[in-house]
Amino acid sequence: MAEVKVIGSWSSPYTRKVEMALKMKGVEYDYIEEDLKNKSPLLLQHNPIHKKVPVLLHNGKPIVESMVILEYIDEVWEGPAILPKDPYDRAMARFWVKFIDDKCIPPMWKACWSVGEEQEKLKEEAKQGLKFLENEIKGKKLFGGDNIGIVDHAANFIAYWFPITADFVGLQRLMTEEEFPNLYRWADDYCSHTFVKENLPDKDGYIAILKSRYRSIIIWHYLSLINYVTFLVRSPHAFPIYEYEFK
Amino acid sequence: MGEVKLLGGLGFSPYVNRVEMALKLKGVEYEPIAEDVKNKSPLLLQHNPVHKKVPVLIHNGKGIAESLIIVEYIDQVWQEGPPILPKDPYQRAMTRFWAKFIDEKCIIATWKACCSTGEEQEKSKEESMEALKFLEDEIKGKKFFGGENIGFVDIAANFIGYWLPIISEVKGVQLITEEKFPNLWRWMNDYCNDNFVKGILPSKDALVERFKSK
Repeated sequence: MAEVKVIGSWSSPYTRKVEMALKMKGVEYDYIEEDLKNKSPLLLQHNPIHKKVPVLLHNGKPIVESMVILEYIDEVWEGPAILPKDPYDRAMARFWVKFIDDKCIPPMWKACWSVGEEQEKLKEEAKQGLKFLENEIKGKKLFGGDNIGIVDHAANFIAYWFPITADFVGLQRLMTEEEFPNLYRWADDYCSHTFVKENLPDKDGYIAILKSRYRSIIIWHYLSLINYVTFLVRSPHAFPIYEYEFK
Repeated sequence: MGEVKLLGGLGFSPYVNRVEMALKLKGVEYEPIAEDVKNKSPLLLQHNPVHKKVPVLIHNGKGIAESLIIVEYIDQVWQEGPPILPKDPYQRAMTRFWAKFIDEKCIIATWKACCSTGEEQEKSKEESMEALKFLEDEIKGKKFFGGENIGFVDIAANFIGYWLPIISEVKGVQLITEEKFPNLWRWMNDYCNDNFVKGILPSKDALVERFKSK
């Protein structure tokens, strides 16, 4: 099927899910790492509208938006199905993908980088979303059933990136095992799945990126007097120098 | 092909209208069920417990929500009748991309550009202009976004084609003009005057009344 390239970002869950989908189908591809602070002509040429990764290049033609890419991969290449074949099940899968993208991930991510009342509001919003997911995964190994499907890929941030980020910033009690036992169990099953395990960015590498990319936000919290103590008390390891001083 | 009901039918929502367009394109008989959004029916709450919104398509007792997801479902289930999405995988991907772009970048921005005030309105006007420029480029040289016939993206763009000019008129905020967006302007006219589309759109007067109060 000739030339396949992925333009992506090492730490991005959106890039990883595209790579996982290609690997599950046994597709060989070239990977091109993009420096998001200095976007390449290649990226700007192939995604002029959003200027974002991931971009799949198939025989020189670009496809963008991770879920659009996953549907494309599923239609073009043989191998384990990413979406169900039955029309109703496909519609349900697309529904949950949209729900995760629109209602779960944004408040979860924003909650990591806010404080005080705003954070509490975002946590509540995220929990409302997670409650529906908790219900949906009950009795199923993975959202895709026995095998990884598009909904599992859509939720990869929730399974892996979110717990690390939340721990790093000291965000507590958003997705706990007590409140979301089925989701917790799913996250574990997902991250230990053969294909997934080998394709996740390592934890330390991801934390290093969080530190460097979000340094300005961390400094903002530090400088803001009201937020300073709150942030510090909850997340000493985000700022190692204070971990030393306050031990 | 079994029993088909559409919750939200007979109303003014562009999202419900998308589904009506798809059903009528495929010649599917269905029962439209009006829904009072201020007094949601048990049927709606049962079949869309997550969002509690219309449209919901109920096919053989199973509910599907989210307008574009419903349209893709209709395209897949009713194979007789004109295709709504292209067959070629790359064309399908492009179609899905543009539908998503319209939903995420055009509709909210243009709505706010017309209906909000102050700084939010100015920001939304700028965002709208940027987004509409991409649509302008995309429709160049094509009768419809779907080519010779109405397709998935034309259905997704129904708000831009019909609702937006009406809201613009009511609120006195002109976004799409013939000078600024000649191709989009031409598409809007072709779209609204298309015999098939014309028969499915809600009455302009009724919409004007609704938007006057918003």
